Amino acid sequence: MLKALTALAYPRLCIETGRALGHKGAVTPGACVIELENVAYSYGDGALLTQVSLTLAPGSFHFLTGPSGAGKTTLLKLCYGALHPTTGNTLFFGEDVSRMSRDAVANLRRRVGVVHQDCSFLDHLSVADNIRLPLSVAGRQAEEAREDLAELMAWVGLTERAQALPPELSGGERQRAALARAVILSPDVLLADEPTGNVDWEMSQRLLRLLVELNRMGKTVLIATHDLSLIRAAKTQVQARVLRIVGGQVQQAGADL
Amino acid sequence: MTWREDLRYLVLGDGQADRIVPPSGFTARLTVFAAAAMAFLAVFALALALASNRLAHRWGAELAGSSTIRIVAPETQLGQQTEAALGILETTPGVAFARALTPDEQRSLLAPWFGRDVDLQALPVPQLIEVIEEEGFDPAGLRLRLAAEVPGAVLDDHGRWRGPLLASANRLRGLGWLSTVLLAASVAAMVSLAAQASLAANAQVIAVLRLVGATDRYIAQAFVRRFTLRALGGGVLGTLAGGVAVASLPAPPESVGFLEGLGFAGADWLLTLCIPLLCAVVAFAATKTAAHRALKRLA
Repeated sequence: MLKALTALAYPRLCIETGRALGHKGAVTPGACVIELENVAYSYGDGALLTQVSLTLAPGSFHFLTGPSGAGKTTLLKLCYGALHPTTGNTLFFGEDVSRMSRDAVANLRRRVGVVHQDCSFLDHLSVADNIRLPLSVAGRQAEEAREDLAELMAWVGLTERAQALPPELSGGERQRAALARAVILSPDVLLADEPTGNVDWEMSQRLLRLLVELNRMGKTVLIATHDLSLIRAAKTQVQARVLRIVGGQVQQAGADL
Repeated sequence: MTWREDLRYLVLGDGQADRIVPPSGFTARLTVFAAAAMAFLAVFALALALASNRLAHRWGAELAGSSTIRIVAPETQLGQQTEAALGILETTPGVAFARALTPDEQRSLLAPWFGRDVDLQALPVPQLIEVIEEEGFDPAGLRLRLAAEVPGAVLDDHGRWRGPLLASANRLRGLGWLSTVLLAASVAAMVSLAAQASLAANAQVIAVLRLVGATDRYIAQAFVRRFTLRALGGGVLGTLAGGVAVASLPAPPESVGFLEGLGFAGADWLLTLCIPLLCAVVAFAATKTAAHRALKRLA
């Protein structure tokens, strides 16, 4: 799998040194991959997040917890530029998103893999086509990455389901397909929103192992979940920071987690 | 990306990108139908414009450069006044040629009203003199000379006919082109609506594409190419149907000069090739505008 992700990778952020290796998006030396500075977000009159500051350092692993409706998904969307903060700044690789064009944000988003809870796909395309979609978007020929795609499909255990349509997949298969799609461009950071929300315990452990494996390859991982057992299981495998959203603010969780 | 790259993508496409928008029956049919219907009508508008153009040229050419002198006099003086008028014309600058119409020619001019067998002797018909003009012809000066020396002569330089006729022909031609522009605007409106409907119906597709880092240009291109090709296809169908309809118009009687010209002649047919291209260009511009607006709204 390491070969696949390395081979598929664009010249990408060198995590160890914080230098950009030929990537179009310039990266401030030593910058965090994603940084929220005093961010607030409101839906209408209701303030959901207030004064949130968060930094995702290269190669780090984070969990984001909190009760339903606390703002986990909103915070994740702020982290990949799908939402713009009411106040405060979002920085992608050291660059202020508010000062970037939509297309520039889109280009940087290719360095951020996202796995949504609902795992949206293009239902008229096969699983393989959905997974290779980011390649097409990035202007790369699918033929160039045929072997790597096969390896990636095998890594997430979907080789046999490559030609199936997304509606034909089970919950766990959809999550794994979404994960494969999120990492096919070898992003620097992976954001996952309740990735184990619709799967059984065994599948959740399998997904967790994949996420931990990605982190060991140097990827930054942020997982929003309310599944505390998942967090406990992860902490036995990786050094993870656990954050909790309380009252619209992000706090470091206690050692009980 | 430049417009050249847009055009390259439009022509060559991208196998994977072309499939990202799911096939949607309603908007596809609407676009093809609208383009076909408008192209069909555009063929007639073009035929009208070209026919008007030919008509204006013909009227202009036939009536320009010639005048008529009408001698209205008692029968006993008619020959004498005609000779006098011809004498004046011989010495008038700007007159290339002048001749009195023969009785047969005058009879044929009256034939549409009185039939071929009209007896000119029984009718007080004026003598007509055909005048072919050349540079330097001065109708006002000629009128003064005729008034002084041939009291029964009336010079008609066709100005009062030619002006209104040419104005009518030009107006018809303008209407033809205006119809073509309105039809193009209708295609733009229909395609724009269809594209907006398609974009709204595919909000989920757009969300997925944005999630994986697609730029607005990439997303828009997929929609633009699809709608442009649909409009082109519809335009080809409509133009073919319109061309067949125009070609199969029944030939009118020879005396109905205007209808005789409604249709395409020779190289005119090549102009019909522009109609599908116009449909495609209009669809391209309309979809691109609609897509960028929708993507901005959905951002």
